[in-house]
Amino acid sequence: MLFLAAFVSVATTLGIVFILAWESVVFFREVPLWTFLTDTMWTPLFSEPRYGILPLLSGTLTTSAVALLVAIPMGTIIAIYLSEFAPFTVREVAKPILELLGGVPTIIYGYFALLFVTPLLQRIWPELPGFNMLSAGLVMGIMIIPYVSSVAEDAMRAVPMALREGSYAMGGTRFRTATRVVMPAAMSGIAAAYILGISRAVGETMVVAVAAGMQPNFTFDPTEPAATITAYIVQVALGDLPHGSIGYQTIFAAGLTLFLMTLFFNVLGHLLKRRYREAY
Amino acid sequence: MAAIAPDRDPHEQKLRALRRLIASQKRWDLVFACIGVACLMVGVLTLVALFVDMAIDGVPRLNADFFSSFPSRRAANAGILSAMVGSTLVMLVTAVVAVPLGAGAGVYLEEYAPRNWMTDVIEINVTNLAGVPSIVYGLLALGLFVYQFGLGQSILTAGLTLALLILPIVIVATREAIRAIPIGIREGSYAMGATKWQTTAYHILPYSTSGILTGVIIGLARAIGETAPIITIGALTFIAFLPPAPIKAEAPFVSFEWLTSPFTVMPIQMFNWTSRPEEAFQANAAAAGLVLVVMTLAMNALAIYIRYRLRKNLKW
Amino acid sequence: MVNPESKPGMARVIPRPGVVAAEGRAAADAPRLKAEARDFNFWYGAFHALRSLNIPIHEKRVTALIGPSGCGKSTFVRSFNRMHDLYPGNRYGGEIRMYPDDVNILSPTIDPIEVRMRVSMVFQKPNPFPKSIYENVAYGMRVRNVKSRAVIDEKVEQALRGAALWDEAKDRLNEPAFKLSGGQQQRLCIARALATDPEMLLFDEPTSALDPIATGLIEELIAELRQKVTILIVTHNMQQAARVSDYTAYMYLGEIVEFGVTDQIFLKPSKQATEDYITGRFG
Repeated sequence: MLFLAAFVSVATTLGIVFILAWESVVFFREVPLWTFLTDTMWTPLFSEPRYGILPLLSGTLTTSAVALLVAIPMGTIIAIYLSEFAPFTVREVAKPILELLGGVPTIIYGYFALLFVTPLLQRIWPELPGFNMLSAGLVMGIMIIPYVSSVAEDAMRAVPMALREGSYAMGGTRFRTATRVVMPAAMSGIAAAYILGISRAVGETMVVAVAAGMQPNFTFDPTEPAATITAYIVQVALGDLPHGSIGYQTIFAAGLTLFLMTLFFNVLGHLLKRRYREAY
Repeated sequence: MAAIAPDRDPHEQKLRALRRLIASQKRWDLVFACIGVACLMVGVLTLVALFVDMAIDGVPRLNADFFSSFPSRRAANAGILSAMVGSTLVMLVTAVVAVPLGAGAGVYLEEYAPRNWMTDVIEINVTNLAGVPSIVYGLLALGLFVYQFGLGQSILTAGLTLALLILPIVIVATREAIRAIPIGIREGSYAMGATKWQTTAYHILPYSTSGILTGVIIGLARAIGETAPIITIGALTFIAFLPPAPIKAEAPFVSFEWLTSPFTVMPIQMFNWTSRPEEAFQANAAAAGLVLVVMTLAMNALAIYIRYRLRKNLKW
Repeated sequence: MVNPESKPGMARVIPRPGVVAAEGRAAADAPRLKAEARDFNFWYGAFHALRSLNIPIHEKRVTALIGPSGCGKSTFVRSFNRMHDLYPGNRYGGEIRMYPDDVNILSPTIDPIEVRMRVSMVFQKPNPFPKSIYENVAYGMRVRNVKSRAVIDEKVEQALRGAALWDEAKDRLNEPAFKLSGGQQQRLCIARALATDPEMLLFDEPTSALDPIATGLIEELIAELRQKVTILIVTHNMQQAARVSDYTAYMYLGEIVEFGVTDQIFLKPSKQATEDYITGRFG
């Protein structure tokens, strides 16, 4: 009986794959896969609907890129600092702060991006539109920092002290030991941290839905508004789509794309994590 | 030693050059430590800005009316009553579903699971599901629960969905709590002739309860702030009524109608108000955000407190 | 017990209690001192681990520290390159003086990094960096900001030859160090330590993690290396100390019970405790 409880997780995955595939299959009977992947307009609800996922992809990629440009450098630096430099008290204070940063509900970050960060940026660039990918990306980046830094820090702490002593015994400074010895030794774990950050950025919904707008827009310019895959699904769900209509099915096709992307990153990240765990 | 003047002693010169080299390299230590602290400060400043910004706009709105009113087209009259009740009821369902499933799965994986491919598959799935975007859970719920299973856009669906979402958290917490139990206790129980089930029921479960509880609370703290899956299910954003009460005045005194009723939750209410252009609604959104953050923080603090008490009481 | 008339850099015989007048090769050469521990104490937090150690380290000779486990040999040796500074709560007392400049390397005014650039260490378990063989040996050069590729190449080859690893490694310099066997890795660590021409080389039980053949190779190496560099070696293997060292100190419970010329200590120890340990009656 306990086995059934454990099996629920398998059932969940099967359920997800099933429902996404099921509805998408119906969708792809109407819309050829090639059109889906290459058309540059996503307007399923117009009277002359277009079903190209590229605008949603560009929205997802651009916001994620901005977020990762923030999260990866800062997450890495924080991880190195906490693992190799920080005294005990600083680490004890920093850990809960980072947990808090990662634990704030995403809708609140969305609010923050729309109503604080965007007006702030508009003071510097007055032409910045109210909905833009830059604010969303920046806030998303800060939100993801704890994910990156905690996995990277774990990987670095797993490096045995003997390796560090070897470097210090040669006259190495803390900075040199951290960057030339500990980081290379922890590389697969650090890579896992980055990949998990990518997965998180791609899957984020509320920050981008609120702050980047929900208008699909095929552009890579972060100062423009755009919709991500996730924001699109929200927009449709907010409306009233009859079950079984092609509009309804579009969200499953979009969801399938999203699921495959994050699955790829998650599996990769997991394999890398396992590699660094086994090494020590 | 006195024969060579200090300036021209080659050994001394070497030492001086060495010291200059070391000083320049240690400068990097200092620079990096500063950069590290600066990055941490960015995180701290973001949190501070977040709270202060919400507080400035939201605190004026936090009065008794706010908590006891329904949403309304007039910002001044709007309140979060339906959202709070909805969140509470959804959390109730989530907990009721997630605890047995998560704890059961955790116990199975730690105590009973044989080392075969099936167990591997289960473990891979648990890890994987932790990384699936929450909106995909919403799609699962929409497609399967709402339509195929016919559960409708209800509190029951929302609770089930969120339970699945936080299941990995509860499973991992259960497993870690069980792993923390020293093997001596287990062996002591078996040595007394207990069966596996007796050992589990009388020893493993009671000792890991605090750990499991901590995991559940952390999971609920996450679930209470989840917006995307609930929106996807179709929770309406303008609910100006409460679900039917669970307790009725007449027989059979307990009703489950509320499970199938339409509803809204706190994050959705905040989302709705944030999306309105009028400034007055933004103040409402800020107030709702504050309530939400306080609830999340309180739950996390509770979990930390329980973990602390656990460590104090159980001395292995 | 400091001899106020002794001047560093000059030949001297050490008149310390517990040391029998030197017989054998040491007396004939009367070597100079490289370092000297004077009333050296060490505390791990509140625990008084090493008590009032006085011991000379002769230049270009091998000095061995033996004793049962837990007696403080590793703790003592790790003080010579101030490894204890890496961890909070440790405290030094007394002095360790290094010659020819006669400075107390434990002084808080001296940067531990400076000490570590003069004194190299080989650890118990080989700890090569996750880099190529070449880069491992070159690490010390990079720390010292040596830029010239030619100089580094030369030093790497010299060090690998000195560690008897050149022939096995010369065609694999760019391969990861992990691919070497345990004994080869330890020789790589020795090469790494040698590449910077240290004034003193510390060995902390260098062969305890290795098989007998690798152990033999490294013992030969140490015997050769003594011609170039001062060596302080910790070993729990008495026979190794007898084979390899010129001077031996027997330590027990944080104190030096007896110090002297190796032949002396092993053939005619002056203390009963030493004799008990050496003959296996104890420890």
